Amino acid sequence: MNLLEKAKLMTAGEIGAALRGLAQEIVAHNGGGHGIALVGIRRRGVPLAERLARAFWEIESIEVSVGCLDINLYRDDLSTVATQPIIQSTEIDFPINKKIVVLVDDVLYTGRTVRAAMDALVDYGRPKAIQLCVLIDRGHRELPIQANFVGKTVKTKESEMVEVRLNEVDQIEGVLLVENAS
Amino acid sequence: MPFNAKHLLSIENLSIDQIQLILATANSFREISKRPIKKVPALRGKTVINLFFEASTRTRASFEIAAKRLSADAINIPVSASSIAKGETLIDTVRNLEAMAPDVIVIRHPSAGAPHQLAKRCTACIVNAGDGAHEHPTQALLDALTILNHKPTLKDLRVVIIGDIAHSRVARSNCLLLGKMGAHLTVCGPPTLLPVNFDQMGPFAGSLTVTDCMSEALDGADVVMMLRIQLERQQEAFFPSVREYFSSYGLTSQRMKSAKRDAIIMHPGPINRGVEISSEVADGRYSVILNQVTNGVAVRMAILYLVTGGREQREFGPGP
Repeated sequence: MNLLEKAKLMTAGEIGAALRGLAQEIVAHNGGGHGIALVGIRRRGVPLAERLARAFWEIESIEVSVGCLDINLYRDDLSTVATQPIIQSTEIDFPINKKIVVLVDDVLYTGRTVRAAMDALVDYGRPKAIQLCVLIDRGHRELPIQANFVGKTVKTKESEMVEVRLNEVDQIEGVLLVENAS
Repeated sequence: MPFNAKHLLSIENLSIDQIQLILATANSFREISKRPIKKVPALRGKTVINLFFEASTRTRASFEIAAKRLSADAINIPVSASSIAKGETLIDTVRNLEAMAPDVIVIRHPSAGAPHQLAKRCTACIVNAGDGAHEHPTQALLDALTILNHKPTLKDLRVVIIGDIAHSRVARSNCLLLGKMGAHLTVCGPPTLLPVNFDQMGPFAGSLTVTDCMSEALDGADVVMMLRIQLERQQEAFFPSVREYFSSYGLTSQRMKSAKRDAIIMHPGPINRGVEISSEVADGRYSVILNQVTNGVAVRMAILYLVTGGREQREFGPGP
């Protein structure tokens, strides 16, 4: 697949600034950071959740628990996908009962991943609330799902793709808008 | 890399990549059994039939729990209660079961190759849960997973398998799997229970040492795998007495001193205390026998997930 780079949506510096802003919003929205836990959706939601946790510490000196979630077993297309997803582990080693769990992902698109993540999460307990934080909201929802905290909203065509690249996973940092060249 | 196999019939025809994918998937599935709600919806709407023509507690329960934790519907057909007892052939039984559209048939059968026969005739995925003295692939996979929970890699690991090698499908599957993954294997038992030319067998060639001397086998071992002495075969007199067997081949803490200090002790179960293993060792700190059972569920979940996956590609695409 030959991908054509159409625009640079965010630089490394802008990602950092967006995350600091998101951390502040989450704290303000919940009246402080107490009782909050962050759960990153694999893969790129996980480093984003870890960075948010560091920002919490820097802003408010609050330590929050961070977990990660693999949603593949909860996908609604699992029985029809041609290539089976590789399952990675889910690590939520703290009780989520009565916590405010903030799900963290890189891109919000159809909303199906978030639906799967919520189903997965409630198998671990009954959080007081589930909130959603994403770096990019690119529209085209197929389910009635909204993010509580959005780093950047981008208008996209369905044929386009938003590629978030993070140092922890990709050894490079930035957000690109790309399209299949063919 | 996709799994790309509809059946799990043997370790022999699995590639190293497939083995690694199964082990990685199983390792991720271990966590599900530790949750307050031990169930994921991955195989919702799939039906798994456990067709067991031999006695089994552990393996059958393990497959049933694995299926249920993935939300599949599992039913068990023990042979004593089935139409086989009324004279139906294996193929007819399975054809009738297939008419009820199961997705997976897990089979244990006393005849080597029975799962392979079914795989040729069935549309369901076939999983071998032990066929005669041939193979027991899920046991070898759960053993590998258990070893990897305690040792960094299988490569160059010194593994010794001790006991009734001749009648053991567990030994065969383990030799094949560990051999493929680069472990150094030694099999050990009384000469009457060691198959002739076992070291020359195709898949094992070169990587396998055979000995009837237990202290030689244990020397420097990282992993000690004991096999059950099948007391039901004792009328065939492969060894003089149970007590003599224990004195020559029973695993005791005294004997374990020849192995590495951190060597782990494994057994596929059910264990015969005081026959092939002393209670002191079986319940000791280096025993991982119950970890094997726990990992069995994760491995069987991985197998059920992987064989049922990617159907669209297989039915409409170029397939394997």
